[in-house]
Amino acid sequence: MTHAIELKNLHKYFGKNEVLKGIDMTVEPGQVVCVIGPSGSGKSTLLRCVNLLEQPTKGKVFVEGIEVTDPDVDIDAVRRRIGMVFQQFNLFPHMTALQNVMIAQQRVLKRGRREAEVTARENLDKVGVGDKCDSLPGQLSGGQQQRVAIARALAMDPDLMLFDEPTSALDPELVGDVLTVMRKLAEEGMTMLVVTHEMGFAREVADRVVFMDGGVVVEDGPPSQVIGDPQQERTQAFLHRVLHPEG
Amino acid sequence: MADQPTTAEPVRARFSPRKKQQISRGIQYAILVVALVAVALYADWGSLAENFAKVQVAEQALPDLFTIALRNTIIYAAGGFLFAFVLGLVLALMRLSQVKPYRWISLLYIEVFRGLPALLIFLMITFLPLALPGFEVPFGTYGQGILGLGLVGAAYQAEVFRAGLQAVPKGQTEAARSLGMSATRAQITVVIPQAVRMVIPPTTNQFVSLLKDSSLVLFLGVSGEYVELAKFGNDLASQYANATPIMVAGVTYLIVTIPLGYLASRLEGRKGRNR
Repeated sequence: MTHAIELKNLHKYFGKNEVLKGIDMTVEPGQVVCVIGPSGSGKSTLLRCVNLLEQPTKGKVFVEGIEVTDPDVDIDAVRRRIGMVFQQFNLFPHMTALQNVMIAQQRVLKRGRREAEVTARENLDKVGVGDKCDSLPGQLSGGQQQRVAIARALAMDPDLMLFDEPTSALDPELVGDVLTVMRKLAEEGMTMLVVTHEMGFAREVADRVVFMDGGVVVEDGPPSQVIGDPQQERTQAFLHRVLHPEG
Repeated sequence: MADQPTTAEPVRARFSPRKKQQISRGIQYAILVVALVAVALYADWGSLAENFAKVQVAEQALPDLFTIALRNTIIYAAGGFLFAFVLGLVLALMRLSQVKPYRWISLLYIEVFRGLPALLIFLMITFLPLALPGFEVPFGTYGQGILGLGLVGAAYQAEVFRAGLQAVPKGQTEAARSLGMSATRAQITVVIPQAVRMVIPPTTNQFVSLLKDSSLVLFLGVSGEYVELAKFGNDLASQYANATPIMVAGVTYLIVTIPLGYLASRLEGRKGRNR
């Protein structure tokens, strides 16, 4: 069986700074994998290497068996199968919620206007913002914007989804709505790679949790192990800081 | 000064802050009144009115003021603006191009044409036929004026466009690319529409600026049906030995430029609310 995502000896430098120091990792179809770790540990860079928003310096990335790091691969075609959700939502501010979800269907998948609109409304309903179709992103709360962004990615019928700290820019009371949508997706069997600080979500929803620090994978296993009973000192220290911030 | 203590003692201020403010305001009003009285007493109002606002002379400016002069000013400015808009967009895209020589050419153009006085460009244009025998700027005087304004305006407009393109956050391109759009598709669908919206207010100001610079057409040695507002006013002023036509031309500029300026700041305000 081909892996949904496979990273082989992945290295990434920003100038002289080595952010990823040889990552080996796989995500199986239908799995939910949460990547946790302190800021600057390379989690987001790792995620962005999967759809080549960052070009790896060394190593290989495979998505559904296709090597995306091959210079001859049609990266646009691969990206169509990978939905991505950003920390800052990155909705297109000059388009309504509905247009945001329609535009790539029309321009990339060449769907007709009607079909694109039906799919867009379905997905906006699914994430609970069906009543906001005609709103501009600026008129929506952060939680609503992020759910529109999820709908925008889902409308492309992706095989897998990448989430880059999807709740980190949200007011605390809006985090729940977004996590609920992600939980629902996980239950439906979507393959998900999630960079997050939400330990509760990772513990309950993830099939596997990967703890990263200093550009390497320190610990990788089921949440009951990595979060519940961490073996490595660095993991223990990080979890202690996160779960008991007051010391 | 040597005898005075170098550290300030915590002395109680002689006046309270409120009192200080009152005194300051009182002084400002006093200066204003003195200045107004001085102007009123010393200016020869009769002579000023005779030279700058003589109704009989002003009447002579009509109707040519609008049918010829203002019309031509708008033709020069609008033509130059169109030229500058297209060339400016091309220069901005060159400036942000991956191809280094394009960046250099664009930078050189922008620096040169922003650094030179516009008047110098106009003077050079009058020598073009001498430098390039057989070459003639199409559309005669209109063409020359539009060329001069366009060449100068393009350098400024290029910077306006560049700023607009760069002001679109990188995340916008990333979101578009992650949805499978090509780099070109992302530019056309996501980046350029946002950039154009952002540059509408500064572009309106650019137009106002070109409208005023169109007065430089004066130095192309135009006459008759080609004159614009400044030349028109200047010619009439010489003819009547009276400055009123220049005032009239000035007021006509303001009738166009002030509303455009307000329009630009309104558009800017709207942009601010939407973002």
